[in-house]
Amino acid sequence: MSEGEQRVSPWNDPRMRGRVFQGLLLLLLALLFYDVALNTVHNLASRNIASGWGFLWRTAGFDIAFSIIGYSSGSSYARALVVGLLNTLLVSALGIVLATILGFALGVMRLSRNWLASRAAAIYIEVARNVPLLLQIFIWYKLVLKPLPEARNALRIGEIGALSNKGLTLPAPLFGEGAWMAPLGLGVAIVLSLIISRWARARQMRTGARFPAGLVALGLILLLPPVFLALAGWPLAFDYPRMGSFSFTGGATLAPEFIALLVALSTYTAAFIAEAVRAGILAIAKGQTEAVRALGLKPGNTLRLIIIPQALRVIIPPLTSQYLNLTKNSSLAVAIGYPDFVSTGGTTLNQTGQAIEIVFLWMVVYLFLSLVTSAFMNWFNARARLVER
Amino acid sequence: MSKPSPIAYVRREEAPLLPPPPGSAGPVGWLRQNLFSGLFSSLLTLAVGALLALIAWTILDWAVLRAVWTGADREACAIEGAGACWPFVWAKFPQWLFGFYPVEERWRPWLVFLIGAAALTPMLIPSVPGKLPNAVFLVFAYPVIALILLSGGHFDIPWPVYAAVAGMAFVLAGFAREARPLGGGVLFIGLLLLLEVDFGLTHVETANWGGLLVTLVVSVAGIAASLPLGVLLALGRRSRMPIVRLLSVIFIEMWRGVPLITVLFMASVMLPLFAPEGVTIDKLLRAVIGITLFSSAYMAEVVRGGLQAIGKGQYEGAMALGLSYWQMMRKIVLPQALKISIPNIVSTFIGLFKDTTLVLIIGIFDLLGVITTGTQDAKWATDQTANTGYFVAAIIYWVFCFGMSRYAMYTERRLSTDTRS
Repeated sequence: MSEGEQRVSPWNDPRMRGRVFQGLLLLLLALLFYDVALNTVHNLASRNIASGWGFLWRTAGFDIAFSIIGYSSGSSYARALVVGLLNTLLVSALGIVLATILGFALGVMRLSRNWLASRAAAIYIEVARNVPLLLQIFIWYKLVLKPLPEARNALRIGEIGALSNKGLTLPAPLFGEGAWMAPLGLGVAIVLSLIISRWARARQMRTGARFPAGLVALGLILLLPPVFLALAGWPLAFDYPRMGSFSFTGGATLAPEFIALLVALSTYTAAFIAEAVRAGILAIAKGQTEAVRALGLKPGNTLRLIIIPQALRVIIPPLTSQYLNLTKNSSLAVAIGYPDFVSTGGTTLNQTGQAIEIVFLWMVVYLFLSLVTSAFMNWFNARARLVER
Repeated sequence: MSKPSPIAYVRREEAPLLPPPPGSAGPVGWLRQNLFSGLFSSLLTLAVGALLALIAWTILDWAVLRAVWTGADREACAIEGAGACWPFVWAKFPQWLFGFYPVEERWRPWLVFLIGAAALTPMLIPSVPGKLPNAVFLVFAYPVIALILLSGGHFDIPWPVYAAVAGMAFVLAGFAREARPLGGGVLFIGLLLLLEVDFGLTHVETANWGGLLVTLVVSVAGIAASLPLGVLLALGRRSRMPIVRLLSVIFIEMWRGVPLITVLFMASVMLPLFAPEGVTIDKLLRAVIGITLFSSAYMAEVVRGGLQAIGKGQYEGAMALGLSYWQMMRKIVLPQALKISIPNIVSTFIGLFKDTTLVLIIGIFDLLGVITTGTQDAKWATDQTANTGYFVAAIIYWVFCFGMSRYAMYTERRLSTDTRS
């Protein structure tokens, strides 16, 4: 290329070769897609399947055991798919929260100076990481939750809950007139906490005097909602599960499929998060810890103020991919019959034969979820990075 | 001159060695330092120790002390308070290895396992010589031998396949201006012809394959096929040609964004729609195709990581020597990039090995699928059957995955010392 004016035969010109190669590639791909499209149209026609989105508005006709929004077998396929999507989001969101808490705890425990605690965390991590997730879901579902006693002999958790092979039954809150005061109280508590923590930080910067802003904020957030509820005349009652002749009446029941999936997803992913946390903390040079100790900070503050903020930068990228994995792995729900997006989509596919549309929906929805999660984590990553200097 | 020294006392002989302070050395010191260094630490030790002891005792009690060791059917295990039902495992184990593969033909998968183990072991031990011929055997000859032994051979390969292979070899030879792709094409066609030969083995449908055999076939075939595809995609993603780069990025991100189970559904439902009328694709092959496409995207990212770790000087040096793009990649860059990617490739393989359990959802009986089916057998139905089956499944998967991850760590350490010297 550097010869400039020197004539090169087109066969030897890298740019020309690049163009020809890309042209050929596109041509081959176009031929492949054309052939596949022709075959598909032909096969669909011979199976009497009309492609298109019309099927979404037909009556689904199948029941869904677990749904956040109203659904009956008379609802449309579109509604069934939305129910599935919401179930996926619910189990993924809860799973991410639980896996993060458990993973951070295990990661710190793995680095503990207590030999036994460190060994125990290591054993947990190596076992959970090296057994397939599907097998773990089966174990939780078929070996732990299904053999629980029938609802009539359910294990009572005090007077408030019960655990049986129908799932975990807990008191259901019944909100009366004026229950909106509780979220209002929460909102006031959050705003007050923010104000207090800003004031405390400014005061510490000015005078050096410390103020336990975190404790005060915690107290506010725990106390204010009940106080506001009491002001409104306590419009909150709990519907306790009561023992009927065969089963429970009242209360809200979490299906065993949901519990098994949630527990398996969070314990499995927690092992990977723990490894990421461990690597992140180990990546912080030992000099940091020693310098902090020389400055006289307490061990708890060392971790919170110096190590974790720096380690987060290393931890966040692998954490993001674990969150994405958890969301994608929630699709294993289909194996135990938790109605997530893949499961309701699969039923729809079997009933209508609209394979192309359903697979297209799956891809679009999961790609969208992945993009949203990584966008959020990138934003968080950028914030963690700003702390640097 | 001789003033008295200002130092009042000078030791003239060495001080005797004192024993360390009590409780800071030996086993007691170790315990103090590592288990009981403070109140919180002591409480943690006691709590964790109690929990570990409880778990260990539960497993020991269930799997050994209360377990049933012999018996012919469920009667043996259907005792009140019995532990693990081991006779169930003895009875079902051959099926867990091979699924419903005909009993009189089981020497064939055994032979495949043995040849594979015999060829793989010297590959894994760094000091054994002859890596190159061994690798050539594993990559080219072994798949063909395994396929012929397992299925019975005597395939009927349509002529367009031969035409496509020959055409591809010519195009590649033209682009690289070398005769090598032609040789490769001849070799490939020879192997395909070998598949058409009738060796007199009974045909065994893939629907009868199962158990560990299917798990290994699916994961090994998936990883073996996804590695070259992944290398091409990684090169494509780093290519200077915009269309190639765009297509590679779309392909990689599309597969990485969706769950494997939707890919498997797609392979089992949509591939038959895509194929021309009259062509049926084997169910197991469809699963392998789905898994290959899926893992090639992950493999591409692993290889890309390796490529990015190769210094720019290597590329520039190769170009200065006048090597063509493919020569540079084949002789200089890829050998180094793939070498540093080995630990990550093994991790990907571990993930794939665990993920093959998903094929049971589309009705293929892999190890977990066969074990699940076995636990529902009425002949063995007791309270402990499922527990025992899944316990053994967990142990088998754990041994494979843990062994591979340790090997990857060992390789990583070995390679990292290599680069430091």
